[in-house]
Amino acid sequence: MRKIFAITGILIVAGLVLAACGGAATSAPSGSGETVTVKETVIVTVVAPASPAVVAPTGYGVTLETVKARGNLICGVNSQVPGFGYVDANGNFSGFDVDYCRALAAAIFGDPTKVEFRPVTAAERFTALQSGEIDILSRNTTWTLVRDTELGGNFVHTTFYDGQGMMVPADSGITTLQDLEGGTICVQTGTTTELNLADVMASLGVSYTPAVFEDADATFAAYSEGRCDAVTTDKSGLVSRRTVLADPAAHVILDVTMSKEPLGPMVRHGDDQWFDIAQWTVFALFAGEEFGITSANVDEVKASATAPEVKRLLGLEGDLGLKLGLTNDWAYNILKLVGNYEEVYNRNLGPDTPTYIPRGLNNLYINGGLLYAPPFR
Amino acid sequence: MQRETSQTTIPFWRDERVLKVLGQIAFVILVGLFFSVIFRNMMTGLAKQGITLSLGFLRGVSGFDIAETLFPYDRNSTYLQAYQIGLLNTLLVSVVGIFFATILGVVLGVARLSTNFIINRLAAFYLELIRNLSLLVFLIFWYLGVFLKLPKVKEAIIWTGNIFLSNRGVGIPWGIPTASFPTFRLILLFGFILALIVFFSLRAYSQRTGRAPLTLLWTLLTFLLVAAAGWILLPEKPLAIDLPRVQGLRLTGGKILTPEFMALTSGLTLYTAAFIGEVVRAGIQSVSKGQVEAARALGLNGFQTLRLVVFPQALRVIVPPLTSQYLNLIKNSSLAISVGYPDVFYVSNTIQNQTGRAVEMIGMVMLTYLAFSLITSLLMNWYNKKIKLVER
Amino acid sequence: MANLDTALPPLTERSTILRWLRKNLFGSWLDSLLTIVGLLIVYWALKGFLTWAFTAAEWRVVSANLRLLMIGQYPIEQVGRLWLWLAFLVFLTGTSFGIWARQSRFAVGVLMLPAVLALVFPFEGAARTWLLALTVIGVAGWLGGRTKPEVLKRSVIAGWVIALPIIILLTHGFSESTTGFWAVAKTNLWGGLLLTFLLTVVAILFSFPLGVLLALGRRSELPAVRWFSVLYIELVRGVPLITILFMAQLMLPLFLPEGMTIDRVLRAMVGITLFSAAYLAENVRGGLQAIPKGQYEAAQALGLSGAQTMIFIILPQALRLIIPILVGQFIAVFKDTALVAIVGLLDLVGIAKTVLAQPEFLGLQREVYVFISLIYWVLSYGMSYLSQRLEERLGVGKR
Repeated sequence: MRKIFAITGILIVAGLVLAACGGAATSAPSGSGETVTVKETVIVTVVAPASPAVVAPTGYGVTLETVKARGNLICGVNSQVPGFGYVDANGNFSGFDVDYCRALAAAIFGDPTKVEFRPVTAAERFTALQSGEIDILSRNTTWTLVRDTELGGNFVHTTFYDGQGMMVPADSGITTLQDLEGGTICVQTGTTTELNLADVMASLGVSYTPAVFEDADATFAAYSEGRCDAVTTDKSGLVSRRTVLADPAAHVILDVTMSKEPLGPMVRHGDDQWFDIAQWTVFALFAGEEFGITSANVDEVKASATAPEVKRLLGLEGDLGLKLGLTNDWAYNILKLVGNYEEVYNRNLGPDTPTYIPRGLNNLYINGGLLYAPPFR
Repeated sequence: MQRETSQTTIPFWRDERVLKVLGQIAFVILVGLFFSVIFRNMMTGLAKQGITLSLGFLRGVSGFDIAETLFPYDRNSTYLQAYQIGLLNTLLVSVVGIFFATILGVVLGVARLSTNFIINRLAAFYLELIRNLSLLVFLIFWYLGVFLKLPKVKEAIIWTGNIFLSNRGVGIPWGIPTASFPTFRLILLFGFILALIVFFSLRAYSQRTGRAPLTLLWTLLTFLLVAAAGWILLPEKPLAIDLPRVQGLRLTGGKILTPEFMALTSGLTLYTAAFIGEVVRAGIQSVSKGQVEAARALGLNGFQTLRLVVFPQALRVIVPPLTSQYLNLIKNSSLAISVGYPDVFYVSNTIQNQTGRAVEMIGMVMLTYLAFSLITSLLMNWYNKKIKLVER
Repeated sequence: MANLDTALPPLTERSTILRWLRKNLFGSWLDSLLTIVGLLIVYWALKGFLTWAFTAAEWRVVSANLRLLMIGQYPIEQVGRLWLWLAFLVFLTGTSFGIWARQSRFAVGVLMLPAVLALVFPFEGAARTWLLALTVIGVAGWLGGRTKPEVLKRSVIAGWVIALPIIILLTHGFSESTTGFWAVAKTNLWGGLLLTFLLTVVAILFSFPLGVLLALGRRSELPAVRWFSVLYIELVRGVPLITILFMAQLMLPLFLPEGMTIDRVLRAMVGITLFSAAYLAENVRGGLQAIPKGQYEAAQALGLSGAQTMIFIILPQALRLIIPILVGQFIAVFKDTALVAIVGLLDLVGIAKTVLAQPEFLGLQREVYVFISLIYWVLSYGMSYLSQRLEERLGVGKR
């Protein structure tokens, strides 16, 4: 009678432990290369306090090791912004941010399909990155100081220069932000947009009521139902979202830019090698466009390349790839399998797409834009 | 130590007293170990990203606006104030929801027992319909399928009594305090005290004589009489009635209840009412027929039977499950996030988003709900004890 | 209702109806008023709903996305695996009905359900064939169960025991290669009703033993165990499920050692299981408290040990007592799984949201949410109806 309760107690604990970490628990290779099983890690953590000696190997190079051992890259993306991150009717991910993940996978594995896309909400994206659930966050995320420091992430580089805008129904007669006095504005929670809106309106002295929603779908659904006088998000988001409203022509984007929104991928603090790989993948996309290398002509260029920098980029000369911890044909793979920046841009946001956004600042520096890749050397 | 005794008595590993102690020690160690491991994992994980646990960030400026606030708040307020706003909103929704759900629930429970076939079937249909739906879907439906599908402000439906229905919200007439309002408040206070006096003297009377006057009715009547007298006698009406109206593209005046608030409260009310209806039905049915017959034999009329015999007994059965339904409603109000109403969970989610303080915010929210649950159960336990005393 | 059972002498139909009407609808002026108001409500609601459903509603959004709503983004070439376990389940159900519910017309109705679905809803060709096949398989099992109940009894029970592992294995797949029929279908592709179903089944099956253990723990004489159980049960019951799900999604990764990850779907399963276990524990405790002390004493007098008493005497009685409450709790679990949509999983509700984001189906919220409400309703109601049947069979409350 009594014994069973003692046994019961132990079983409860066992059950809890099992329930909490049973099933798909996997062990991943640790920094120094050997595989640390879960059990050992537990003992280590219990016995040894977190000394620098324990922490250090989890930094440099771990992410790449983990990704390679896993055999695919886990990329946190948006699933609700057409043109940037979107699930099409066939259930495939597509978009500008999604293609960056493919480029990264191409650089690492030489295979752009070795990516697992994990849709993350605005709310959970940083925690997902911190906890290691995703290897990289490529989800129209704005580069800010707090995010770069306190949220434990490093912004790789801006891949898309954006600014916050405001969309209103065309027949509302609203042309400036001041016209929104007393109105309701739909905005998505957990974004810099939400903060900018409060900042800008406060500085203009315009009083308004926010209607705050959990995700982009909900925000634009409420706007299209007429819940709000206006909706605000990054201009690119407004452009792409307008295309999927019932009557795109009935909505106008106000000619105001409320903030700078440099969007780009983000990695965890503490792994500089991974940061480098992610960053130089961006630069390889830029350089491809600058040197006129496309997925169509890359083999031709490779065969006949004479310019030293092009040769270095494509891995014909030097070993830039090895320095990143990759193979020397990393950039070749990116350009061959995914294409250069222009191709990626036009595929998702170009004039032939429903989500057309003029290049604007997102052009090479030689064409009046801000895209500028450091030398490949 | 064990050796001396083990020769003559049972060995220690079969001694139940020892086993009990050892088992418990092992259990405590295991539990402690489990929690220390996950805690340490968390701390090392956070330390690696340079994050430390602290609540200091709550004093920082929030920088975001909140749609519905019960007291002044703007982007310069602190995270803590934002949290308090959310807390009050949760309380508001809970109180309003509990109030209406109780009324509707009692009506449904009684209707379910009605001898009128149509009423009985209607109530039964409603209960079966609602109880088998998912609350989340129900709430989303009310928001997207009902309140946002109302006509635009210009074509707002106007009900009698100047109630405006539009997809920007429901406008109802509302009182605005005038100069005489402070005086009126004093009159109300006076009425309240008078009502209390009536309540206690009637109760004393009933205990002395054994008669059962309609205590609550007289108490309420006293208060209302004083309030009405104050309203009529004051030279300036204490509240100016403000009617909602359409102004340009917006609803102004009166009180505008947002679609989010309406969807959340009506969804919660209609959903919880179905469960309360079942509770009430079971409570009334639990009073045996013999009780009613005995009361009739004693010469009590129908109303007296209900008030003095059936109701007190049914209440004892009803209160405990009713408590858990109230608690469910409070906890379910956290689904506000699905309709965009800034309750405590939603606001804490926003704070967590803007600051990255997931651990602290989830901890705070859980403690908040625990406190709600604890307070509600304490109140209801106290009430339960009170009505148990009546039984004697 | 009651007057139908009384043995009145037969009357002509006309007068029966009149009597019935007077008794049930127009007993007094108040009754008459209520009847009229009630009828008006019925008329108004029915008219409103039917007009909308048959004229205004655009059900195209449901028919075009039926596959998404059912299985989410589950890979098309591996869908056959789902049909396989569905066939297995239907066969087991059919055989069980044949063995234990031989006379039940309800059972036959359930087995006909797939065929009815196939004819009513616009499934794709292959799905329609499969659904029709399911009915055939179910009826075959039913006939088999009826003719050879004794032979099949054991294998059917064994089948139910291994059903969950088979379902999980078939859904997940086990082939190393990325293509082909047996390729692994990652959990992030599980969605729609499939995910709702799996979440529910896993949560129910795992929370049940956990709940029993917690209930026993709460009644334990060992203070440490008792306090732990009390603390666990009260803490979990004091907070909303959504906070637990958030904790599972956001904080669980932080609790784990570096490099160890738990799948998102699994995390949701763990969250719902741990949550529901606390509620089940309270239900089970209620059942345990209802068992008279004499039962313990009698068992001890027979020389049974504490564990034997619990397992063979007390628990079976306690659990039988609380079957209706347990089923109620299971239904609650089923309905609560919808909350995973808030943490970003694409269950029935989550996938409904994505369907509504498709450009061609904007603004059709009512249609989609009415449809998935119907699914929730039918399944919940089916479960409670089944439990009522089970109660009658086991004679709960009649002993």
